[in-house]
Amino acid sequence: MTALPEPSRKKLGLVIDLDTCVGCHACAVACKEWNAGGIAGPLTDENPYGKEPFGVWFNRVHSYEVEPLAASSQAAMTVHFPRSCLHCETPACVTVCPTGASYKRAEDGIVLVDEDKCIGCKLCSWACPYGAREYSAVEGVMKKCTLCVDRIYNEHLDEIERQPACVQACPTRARHFGDLGDPQSKVSQLVAERGGRDLLPELGYKPVNKYLPPRPRRGATASAPADATRADEKLDPATLPPVLRWLDRVLSR
Amino acid sequence: MNPAFSVIFFTVLSGAGYGLWFWTVVGAPLLGEGKHPGLLLVMNLVIGFLMVTVGLLSSVLHLGKPARAWRAFSQWRTSWLSREGVMAIATFLPAMYLAGVFFGWLPSGNVPLAVAGILLAIGSVTTVLCTAMIYASLKPIPAWRHRVVVPVYLIFALQTGGWITAFDCADEPGRMHLVVIGVCSLATLALAAMKLAYWRDIDRIELPSREAATGLEGIGKVTVFERPHTEANYLTREMGFVLARKHSRKLRAIALLLFAGVPLLALALAWMLPVTAVFALWIAALSALLGAFVERWLFFAEAKHMVMLYY
Repeated sequence: MTALPEPSRKKLGLVIDLDTCVGCHACAVACKEWNAGGIAGPLTDENPYGKEPFGVWFNRVHSYEVEPLAASSQAAMTVHFPRSCLHCETPACVTVCPTGASYKRAEDGIVLVDEDKCIGCKLCSWACPYGAREYSAVEGVMKKCTLCVDRIYNEHLDEIERQPACVQACPTRARHFGDLGDPQSKVSQLVAERGGRDLLPELGYKPVNKYLPPRPRRGATASAPADATRADEKLDPATLPPVLRWLDRVLSR
Repeated sequence: MNPAFSVIFFTVLSGAGYGLWFWTVVGAPLLGEGKHPGLLLVMNLVIGFLMVTVGLLSSVLHLGKPARAWRAFSQWRTSWLSREGVMAIATFLPAMYLAGVFFGWLPSGNVPLAVAGILLAIGSVTTVLCTAMIYASLKPIPAWRHRVVVPVYLIFALQTGGWITAFDCADEPGRMHLVVIGVCSLATLALAAMKLAYWRDIDRIELPSREAATGLEGIGKVTVFERPHTEANYLTREMGFVLARKHSRKLRAIALLLFAGVPLLALALAWMLPVTAVFALWIAALSALLGAFVERWLFFAEAKHMVMLYY
């Protein structure tokens, strides 16, 4: 059924820390590795070792340059931005599906594609502003992140491994998995503490996944420095000849 | 958006077919005591049937799994695409009945004929409406949320189907001819005005910022430093189509000339030299259809999808 279920109490999702993500793409690779053989597999690659490789990824890591706002003395920074399905509470990708292949699970809110019912019309990918869905021309069906539904409930795995492959692979622990419907859960508290954000909230899809914005860098001040020394020019007086060191000390009074 | 040929072909051709069916029903009571008014109706029904069917088959070819297309009839409660499928099939029923009566295979009768006619007209309009709503309901593509999108789809169906009807009944006496040509001319002018307004407005639409898309609002100005992969992917191919916007002015002018300019000039020619009427209306019908193709190609190809904010 593509009609959405009643909102579930349990809302499994990811919290992604843009402060600590280093853009190593380990999550993307681990996702590709697990899901190539999991329930969503194969994650088809066309021409993988050729001139123009082309394939399905559930997780893609973008890198952005963030130029500080004029009012702050914050240095410019690079922000790495892993993009995957946000498992929205009211996902349009589900309701536009004509066949019932696309669905949202009533028990935990995970958005999935039943590939045996998918007719490959691609409308769901048009309905998603976040680019979560990728079509496999080889199989003729739509593919998407499953939140590793075949890992998180998998009793053949050790309990510590029952989390999405991307979360487990992250070397900087920038990805957190948990129940965002429970305000007491670790992920919910992290979101509250760090001011976790929704992407494009005005569209009304109510993403479950949250992004934690980068923290202000050390030494940043709200206003520009009063003297002519630019923030990025650091002077170590110890390196100066004695006369200039004396001059610096006098002028600094 | 990447303009998929099968979808463009479907929306234009089936749209014209549904328009033709609509005019067949609406025009039938206005037909005079011509040589063979029944033949005209049959011809319209059959041409409409061919256009609708070929269009629908082409849309099925757009699917990754065409053999599973029947599944698309199940989710009419939420999905405009499913509603379109259901309406398309439902509209075939009165069309088949009418054809059966005209060919003498089924029993006739004023009441069943009238009911079937009304159902055919309603079904035709509703199917085109569902097609338009598929696109108009997609929030990530702001251009398609424009208020003229749905009326333009409907009027294009009436206009392209109308010019074909006008050509079909060019040598039939009766009021149908005048009504169809009059309404078609007005529809053509309305389309030109609506498309000009649409094109002006979509050039000014501002997509949300990249800052909003990445959750970095209030932190700084976000520019792309590096894409996730060096190669293209499904998203950049499907949603990141640039060609049309590069040539949009020329293509818009071509579309306008074909769907509005040529048909109206042809009509003027037919009015001044009645002997050329059949030929002129043939040109008008053909040109309107070609113009609708260019317009529909642009409708898809020019529209920007929000996912490209990330790229």
